[in-house]
Amino acid sequence: MNVNRFSWFNITSLTLGFAFLYIPILLLIVFSFNESKLVTVWGGFSTKWYTSLLQNDGFMDAAWMTLKVAVVSATIATVLGTMAALVMIRGGLFRGRTLFSGMIYAPLVMPEVITGLSLLLLFVAVGWDRGFWTITVAHITFSMCYVAVVVSSRLVTFDQSLEEAALDLGCNKVSAFFQITLPIIAPSIVAAWLLAFTLSLDDLVIASFTSGPGATTLPMKIYSQVRLGLSPEINALSTILIVIVSCGVIVASLLTKRSALKKSQYEQQANASA
Amino acid sequence: MNSANKTQTDNLFTPWLSNSVEPLIRFENVTKKYGDFTAIDNLSLSIYEREFFSLLGPSGCGKTTLMRLLAGFETVTSGKVFIGGVEMSNIPPNKRPVNMMFQSYALFPHMSIAENIAFGLKQEKRSKKEIQRRVDEMLALVQLEAMAGRKPQQLSGGQRQRVALARSLAKKPKLLLLDEPLGALDKKLREKTQFELMNIQEELGMTFVIVTHDQEEAMTVSSRIAVMGHGQVMQVDTPDMIYEMPNSRYIADFIGDVNFIEGEFLGYKAYSAVDSTEAGIGSETESLAAIELATDQSTAASTDASNSLASFTTVVHGELLANSEKVLSEHDQVWLALRPEKVEISKTKPTGDYNMIQGKVWDIGYIGNTSTYHVQLFDGSIIKAQRVNRNRLNKRSITWEDEVWLYWNFDASVVLTE
Amino acid sequence: MNKRINWGRTLLIAIPFIWLLVLFLLPFMSVFKMSLSDMATARPPYVPVYDSETGLAGLWQLITELDFENYVWLTEDDLYWRSYLSSLKIALISTFFTLLIGFPIAYGMAKTPSQWRATLVMLIILPFWTSFLIRVYAWIGILKQEGLLNNFLLYLGVIDQPLIILNTDLAVYIGIVYSYLPFMVLPLYAALEKLDYTLLEAALDLGCSKIKTFWVIIVPLVMPGIYAGCFLVFIPALGEFVIPDLLGGSSTLMIGKTLWGEFFNNRDWPVSSAVAVILLLLLVVPIMLFQKMQERELKGQS
Repeated sequence: MNVNRFSWFNITSLTLGFAFLYIPILLLIVFSFNESKLVTVWGGFSTKWYTSLLQNDGFMDAAWMTLKVAVVSATIATVLGTMAALVMIRGGLFRGRTLFSGMIYAPLVMPEVITGLSLLLLFVAVGWDRGFWTITVAHITFSMCYVAVVVSSRLVTFDQSLEEAALDLGCNKVSAFFQITLPIIAPSIVAAWLLAFTLSLDDLVIASFTSGPGATTLPMKIYSQVRLGLSPEINALSTILIVIVSCGVIVASLLTKRSALKKSQYEQQANASA
Repeated sequence: MNSANKTQTDNLFTPWLSNSVEPLIRFENVTKKYGDFTAIDNLSLSIYEREFFSLLGPSGCGKTTLMRLLAGFETVTSGKVFIGGVEMSNIPPNKRPVNMMFQSYALFPHMSIAENIAFGLKQEKRSKKEIQRRVDEMLALVQLEAMAGRKPQQLSGGQRQRVALARSLAKKPKLLLLDEPLGALDKKLREKTQFELMNIQEELGMTFVIVTHDQEEAMTVSSRIAVMGHGQVMQVDTPDMIYEMPNSRYIADFIGDVNFIEGEFLGYKAYSAVDSTEAGIGSETESLAAIELATDQSTAASTDASNSLASFTTVVHGELLANSEKVLSEHDQVWLALRPEKVEISKTKPTGDYNMIQGKVWDIGYIGNTSTYHVQLFDGSIIKAQRVNRNRLNKRSITWEDEVWLYWNFDASVVLTE
Repeated sequence: MNKRINWGRTLLIAIPFIWLLVLFLLPFMSVFKMSLSDMATARPPYVPVYDSETGLAGLWQLITELDFENYVWLTEDDLYWRSYLSSLKIALISTFFTLLIGFPIAYGMAKTPSQWRATLVMLIILPFWTSFLIRVYAWIGILKQEGLLNNFLLYLGVIDQPLIILNTDLAVYIGIVYSYLPFMVLPLYAALEKLDYTLLEAALDLGCSKIKTFWVIIVPLVMPGIYAGCFLVFIPALGEFVIPDLLGGSSTLMIGKTLWGEFFNNRDWPVSSAVAVILLLLLVVPIMLFQKMQERELKGQS
């Protein structure tokens, strides 16, 4: 008996598992093209909900706000998170190291209600008007930790002799980082930025706590709509978001695949030239 | 490079014997600790300009740490390191007149071969034209002109090794450090590259310090070798001296294959026979150290041996004779270190002035050009004797279980006291 | 190492460190302080409020006005107790089911021919990138009384009365398992992929049955992955708000939902802070275990 065989058990569990993951999303997409206002009863094909969505200023404003928050917070979080990753992997020992790494890992699993509430109380205590910037700062704080984790897992496997070689050839530490380390770990930094970006796009709870009047993000808008009942417009909006994100992820993975392909071509070339 | 030229320089090149030559590198009582672990223990060492110097030792002996101290990636715990007469403790790696070739090569994967080689020159803000000229020179030196535009991943292991070499040579450092430079190459390529390295070193007249755990490599390339163990230099000498005149059992055992015979020093014996093959040494009257096999277990054996040795006149019963310049006093514990290729083996009693021991062939290790005979003595210990296989298989006469004689010249062994 | 201060390094450490101190740790302090305050009908809706003009005396005045009243209140009203216990129960049960469903998927992925694995991993991660809220929303349409699942089952004739799933605890379990499944599958897959399958052959060769091999070889070796997956599901599930709010009913008690309610509906900031402090205390042990594990993992790689 061969234990390595790709058995029926495995095929079944994979099929059922992926069906469980994807059927709800597919149904959501299908019913966004439903003619009927009843979300769960098929009434024929239509794209009218997309049209009405695009004419809904409330959604459009919220989408614009969300996008601004996400771009700004992801960018700053990437810088801070990369620094934090460097501190964790290269920082060596310093006073407060345990506290530091605690503050990096804790937000990853901290219930959002607590993070949101605590940041709100801070903003109130210092008298900071809530709005775009409070949401952005809150998002930076928790997504920089995700960035730190992603980047540090790349830094761990980074061959430090590359940096030493740069020092040896006359670079100082800062220019060695920018000329050697940064270009090499760039893919993981891009991935971290994308992660921070989608975390910010996605966040309902923290934004609800830290936003003020006039600053409504898309998830907040969706949530208040959903509480009132199902709406085909939400299906349409969801479909747009899912398509955009899926395209992004698929393009990214194709790029990764291409670079892997290039790498294997390189290897063939290397063997041939040996 | 022609070999005649090389022998000539070798003969002349012995700066370590001169008192007037200032060493390029000087370690003065250097100690390096990592927490409780002492990697380098109060080490002093001088390396001279234009040497090809090897730091040889097993992993964990401190050789890599020593090299990283030179490159500036580590700082000493105590002691001083001088390069070209300048104390190095406050000089960062990028300001040292030293370049390093890394074990992993550390080629920048996002740069082409030419960019990799140009990297160090660019840091010095040299003119574009000058950089281009130097890069071309280096590419020509390592014969990779055609690969200039390729990325490191597109090269074979041997080519990468050459790029790493070219990159570290580009800035014309006073001193080049090579960390296991050939470790990643297969055996054939390694041998070829060894000679390339030696040629380049001579051509450029530079100082190379190489870290290696491969004793054959160290023997082949080096002007001198420092054998390291436990954070200390155990012996510094030319390859032939390290092999032929090891100063301890550690060295004798680390370099090549060796038999040890333990014994007790009895005294000097006048010996005046002139051996025609060893005219240089034999012409003068020598004092030979007589050593008795004197451990408890070997008492019985020595009785046996003395019986069988009885018929020989030049060798006193139970005694072995050896040349030694060491000053020994009676009852000193000593070891005779004896290389297997210096031990002759025969089924018949040899005639002449030799040390002789009788035994039985226990095993034969056949490796093509040579065979190693593992001969069991009467006390159960094994002595290895190596023979060049000049004859084809069927003509070799000695086989398993044969009673044989092992014999060697009085100057074939080295007397060790530690 | 050097006695000189390395300013570059100091700055590198200081910037993220100070950011986190001010925006992660300090806010917890203010939650704690708030939990000792009293509710008031004012802006901001609590007393005492520190007025920087009163200086140290004012600060002392403020401290004397703080008390543990809210915590006493939490013990008196059984809503909070039941919320905590029910959160624990829901988080534990959902973690168990996530593991049960996630393991075969991860195992199947690890056994897939290697050229397909990257695609499968991407397919597992993809839902994670799409909005959490949207994925929970999708289940409302499926689970509600006149929803897709009931329509389908009625059409098949399996049932003749629509099942009531939405707004029950069952819907919350489904929601949590569905939403957190990728967090379970990925660490399990990482552990299973590293597993040396010749070990299984060796065990079988030595006479171990297939089922026993699973328990004595596979499970112990992938234990780190199991722990990681369980932590990643259990900890956030404990404080979950969106899922119980959208899928659960009025009788579904979860502490995140209770906190949200106190804050947004009752505008009782001090009590919601006290709830948060207790929740945090519950989480301290698992979070610290998780952090230890992460650091060990990171060290193991290097």
